[in-house]
Order: sequence, then C-alpha cells, then structure tokens
Amino acid sequence: MSATGAAVVRGGTVVDATGRRRADVLVVDGRVAAVGTGLDVPTATTVLDASGCVVAPGLVDLHAHLREPGFEESETVETASRAAALGGYCAVVAMPNTEPAVDSAAVVRHVQQLGERALCQVAVAGAITVGRAGRQLAPMAELAEAGVRLFTDDGAGVQDALLMRRALEYGRGLGVTLAQHCEDAALAGGASMHEGEWSSRLGIPGAPAEAEELMVMRDLALARLTGARLHLLHLSTAGSVELVARAKAAGVPVTAEAAPHHLVLTHAEVASYDPVFKVNPPLRTAADVAALRAGLAGGTIDAVATDHAPHPQEAKELPFDQAPPGMLGLQTCLAVCLTELDLPVERTLALLSWQPAAIAGLADQHGGPVAPGAPANLCVIDPAATWVVDPATLASRSTNTPWRGRTLTARVRHTLFRGEPVVVDGRATR
Amino acid sequence: MTATHLLSVADLGTDGIEEVLRVTDSFVEVSARAIPKVPALRGRTVVSLFFEDSTRTRLSFEAAARRLSADVMNFAVSSSSVNKGECLRDTVETIDAMGVDALVVRHGSSGVPWQVAGWVGASVINAGDGAHEHPTQALLDCFTIRQRRGSLEGLRIAIVGDVKHSRVARSGVLAFTALGAEVTLVAPPTLLPPSLEGWPVTVSHELDPVLVKADVAYMLRMQSERMTGSLLPSRREYTAGFGLTRRRAALLPDGALVMHPGPLNRGVEIAAEVAGMPGSVITSQVANGVAVRMAVLYLLLGGAG
Repeated sequence: MSATGAAVVRGGTVVDATGRRRADVLVVDGRVAAVGTGLDVPTATTVLDASGCVVAPGLVDLHAHLREPGFEESETVETASRAAALGGYCAVVAMPNTEPAVDSAAVVRHVQQLGERALCQVAVAGAITVGRAGRQLAPMAELAEAGVRLFTDDGAGVQDALLMRRALEYGRGLGVTLAQHCEDAALAGGASMHEGEWSSRLGIPGAPAEAEELMVMRDLALARLTGARLHLLHLSTAGSVELVARAKAAGVPVTAEAAPHHLVLTHAEVASYDPVFKVNPPLRTAADVAALRAGLAGGTIDAVATDHAPHPQEAKELPFDQAPPGMLGLQTCLAVCLTELDLPVERTLALLSWQPAAIAGLADQHGGPVAPGAPANLCVIDPAATWVVDPATLASRSTNTPWRGRTLTARVRHTLFRGEPVVVDGRATR
Repeated sequence: MTATHLLSVADLGTDGIEEVLRVTDSFVEVSARAIPKVPALRGRTVVSLFFEDSTRTRLSFEAAARRLSADVMNFAVSSSSVNKGECLRDTVETIDAMGVDALVVRHGSSGVPWQVAGWVGASVINAGDGAHEHPTQALLDCFTIRQRRGSLEGLRIAIVGDVKHSRVARSGVLAFTALGAEVTLVAPPTLLPPSLEGWPVTVSHELDPVLVKADVAYMLRMQSERMTGSLLPSRREYTAGFGLTRRRAALLPDGALVMHPGPLNRGVEIAAEVAGMPGSVITSQVANGVAVRMAVLYLLLGGAG
C-alpha cells in the first residue's frame, strides 16, 4: 500500500447487492472514497488492474476451522487467513472446536488477538456447551460480551433436546444466533461415509441422511417453539433442504448453509479409499447434490460456507475409518462455485458475501454495497482465469483438498482488507 | 493375469478368475507330490503383513509362497513398531524398501490394501480388508465348488448370515456370479448391507425355502460381538432362524455342498454334526486355499526372476 493509504481498483465491473456497473473504486484510509469512472486519484496511489474482472464486496465465510489454539500442526489463524484472502475472503467465522474449546471469554480474546495480525477479519464463534461436551451451557453471555455472535458445538450436534431448547432461549435473550451441526449421534453411530449404495459395496459403516434430517427436524421445531434465530450448518441432504424450505415458508427464523464439496462431489469418490474424501457430513448422492443446488438457486439455502477443515498429511493417510473428517475450502470455494454451479455471478456473490455477512452479524463491515464511506473490504475476481489446484501451492498449512488436479475457472486477482491490498495479482502480500 | 495387484475380485473379471482356477489345477497336483515344492519363485520375497489376527489365511499364504520357493517374511503386528506409534505408510514403505516382491495385506479397515498399493512398488495382495473383500477366499471357494460340481454355471448358492460385515460375502458374490451362479443372500435385514443396489443377487429372510433348492449352503461366521446389542436380540434367536442345524441340513438336495470360511462357531451358524457330514467341503476349502494362493502369487510375480 502506498504511503497515503490510497489504492485504486481500475477497469473492473462492480457487482454488489445493488447491481452491476463499470466503475473504478478509489480506496483511502481503509474506506471506499469514490466509485465511478474518470476518478481524480491522489498521487502515489497504488493502481490495481481490474480489467476483465468483477469487483465485489469481500467474501464472508460462516464456517472455517482455523485450528488455533491446539492444532497448529494443521493450520494457524495466520495461514488460514492467508488462504482466505487468496480465496477472496475478508472475514471468516472461526469455529470453536479448538483445544481448549472456545467456551470462555479468555479463549475468545486469545483467538481475537491472533486475528489482529490476520489477512482478514476473524470473527470468533463460541461453543454452546462447556468443552463442546453437550452437557452444560457455556457462559454464553460472557462470550457474547466478548464479541461472539454465533454459537455452535460444530463437529458434533447438541444431542439433548432440552439443552438445545435452553440454548436457543438463552441465546434469544442475548440477540445471538445458534448454529447447529445436525447429526443424531446414535443414528450416525461411528459412520465414516454416507449410508447407501457405496457404503454397502465398500464395507464402510455409513450414516443415513436421516441422521442429519432428524436433528434438522428437531431444531426447526425448537426454533419455532423458542423464536430464537437458528442457523443450520453444512446441510447435505435433499430431505434437509425440503424441511428448511417448509419451515421458512411457515415463518421459522432459520438460515442455512451448504459447503462447496456437497454441491459437487458424491459418495462415489470414496471408492478411491482416499481419506481426503472423508468429511462430516459425508459426501452424499447425486440427488442430494441436485437438491442442494436447487436450494441455492431458490433461496432456501442462504450461504455457501467452506467448512474449511485442515488436517495434516499423516492423519489423512490413516485407514479410511480412522482418518479425521474434513477438507480444505477457503482458497478454492469461490472458484469451485463459479466453475461448477450454474449460477449468475450476482447470485454466487450473494451466497458468499452479503448473505453470510448478515447471518454472522458482520453486515456493518462486510458485504455492503461498494459505495463511498463503506469499509474497503473488496475482492477482485477474474472470471476467465483458469488454474489447476495443486495442494502444494495452497497457502494452508495442510494439503487435504478434494480438488487436487482439478481445473477451475475464475481466480481471485486482488483482495483488499480494510483498504490494504493483502492479495495482489493472485499473491498474498504478507 | 496382467494386473500387478490383487485387491478385488472385480479386478480379475470372469477371464481372470478362470485363469487363476486353471493355474490352481496344476498347483493342486504339486501339493500332492511327496516333496510339494517347485522353484517358480526362487529368489522372490513375499511378506505377509497382517494387522489383524488370522492364523489360517496367513499360514496358507506362507505355505503357498514356500511351495513356490519364495522367501517369506512375516510381519506380526504384536511385535512390530506399529505398537510404538509408527504410521501405516511408514511401516509399509520401510518393508517395501527392503526389496520385496509381494505384500500380502490383512487389515481390519476397509480399503487399506488400496492405500498400500499407492505407496509401494511391490505387488499387493488383499488378504482381507475390513468388511470389504477377501478375494483369495472367493477364488478358493470357486475352485472347491468346481472340484465337486464341475462348474458354477447355473448353480444356486445361498450365502447365509452376517453379510453386512462380511468381506467373504462381498468377494463371494462377485466371483460366484461372474462364473454364472445364482446367489441368494439369506439374513435378517439387520445383517444385510443397507443398500443392495447393483448387487446381482436375490434376498431372503427365511432360510428353509432357500435350502430346499440350494446347490451350495455357504454359512458365514457369526462374530460373537454382533450377537448382542441392536443387530440381533440373542444368539439363540439367530441360531433358531439362520443356523444350519441337522434338521435344516436335511432339507438340502442330494449332492448339495455345505461351505464355511472358518473358523467355525459350532452350534451357532452351523451344527457340529453338519460340519462333518459328507456334503461338507470345509476342509477341502482349507486344502485348496494353498493351491489357489500359489496360483495368485505365481501369476502376479510372473515366475520370471
């Protein structure tokens, strides 16, 4: 960034919730100073070429495992934030299944401090229960006071219906959102993949779609009962989409996300026995993929969230049933969506930027229209650039991407975070 | 056989299975000699890498390798560095680096032989992976049936018991149907795979009507840990519904075969006296196992060396 703190994004097409227009964007002191053509630009302004590109509000990921504290061999806040910035993100919600879990204000502040040096904003999600053990409510008011807006025991669902009811009720009083990893643990019972044709053939224990849908059903009922805001994480089945559509039509205050891998890949991938394709919820059927895509197009699903879940190579070389579930996502999500889903750019950006920003309670900083005075959180996307995913060149500390070797069309050219060009010409600047 | 590994029966196809059975014929002859040994794999090294207890399969492979004059190394997990936390890949690559020609892999997790095959230069033979496959068992079963009945074409084979958790059943279905047999799976729904889409089989939850028309009653081993909990109410109820009792064995047509992959739970899936009756070919299965594994090793390692 130049000494004046000024940068101009030149020659692109601005796309935000208000529509699209050809315009340059001048950024000064962390905010958008002007949007238009033929802008008067201060001397010593950094020029970022955006010809042929889409200039959009920075992306917001509702669901990322940054692994710090506790699992720094997999990822750190810094490395994840670099991957995020390279993927066009200006904010990520950090999941609380760290070690220790984010169930006290001290851990919230620790992750927030780590986030101060990050290449994007790190919004910390808090655990619903102490130690994510599903037995006793975490000090939610204390966590909310520290800045937590989203609560989840992600990695596991809250199994006890009464406890979940109390969490929703208590959360309603705090004005926060409860996010559920929908999985009935007893019915899923030690599964490593989706239960169906492939699990039967491969001899791997599977979890039926109903293990997810039972909890979706229960939590929609509890959201209706309590009036609390509920967000459903990484929905993966056609049945879940249908349940959410019906609940929304009935006015239940629910939002939902889907992960990019569930929108493209199916359980047939597991035939390779490569644990890189092990993820929870598991990859499901082609019919589920189609239903999720329809849910995105029709507005039942509000956001695409990465569920970025780094694991070290040695963990992903264990036997399939012993390997931990999870896939990288931050650096590839936007490109996967633009390559694989037949959605207009505007709709894709709604699902990756302004809608998740609203769910995360970050709409004052992220996802808003590109207009003078707005925080300068922007990503510049070259929709025609093709690249081949090479795990070794990703910024994450881990390499467990399911997109290895895949050619993607669309690449993030620049990312500006609070006015700072943290990615320039596809490279992180720090 | 042109493959470098034997991971699944599906890798072989009908022609590949036929080829193994043809070569097995000649090794049965070798096994009957006073000195049952040929120099075909002299100088070759075969390692048995068993991460799960198995006496009979390991011994069978080792006997097969020795009768072909291969050098045999045995990696027993209990005495290995796996117990010191060494990861699977390091273990396998270390052994591969010693210059071995074939790794015979048994593991409690489905898919491990596929992972191993991706890491090593040696030929990998699947000696049983989780609830997935056990190809040499299926091959020796085909050989045994053919020995008694001439061909599998048109035979009705009932596979009875815990199909859900059985690698023997999965490989058996592939091999038996490839050779033209009609397979019926007989089990309570809790012991069947959740989906049978794409399986060329019929299903029955009742044993008696299937036995009356069966040419082969293939009884699966019922693991004791499956007989409690939510899969089955009790061992007694399983035996009453699906055990091959003397009464049920009498329903079988003349000339029908009784088979079992071993080890037997006498009195559970098969009555002691049924295991010993003339139609029972359980000991032939064990004897043929060595010859079939000789054929597999010979075909994979090419005999040139």
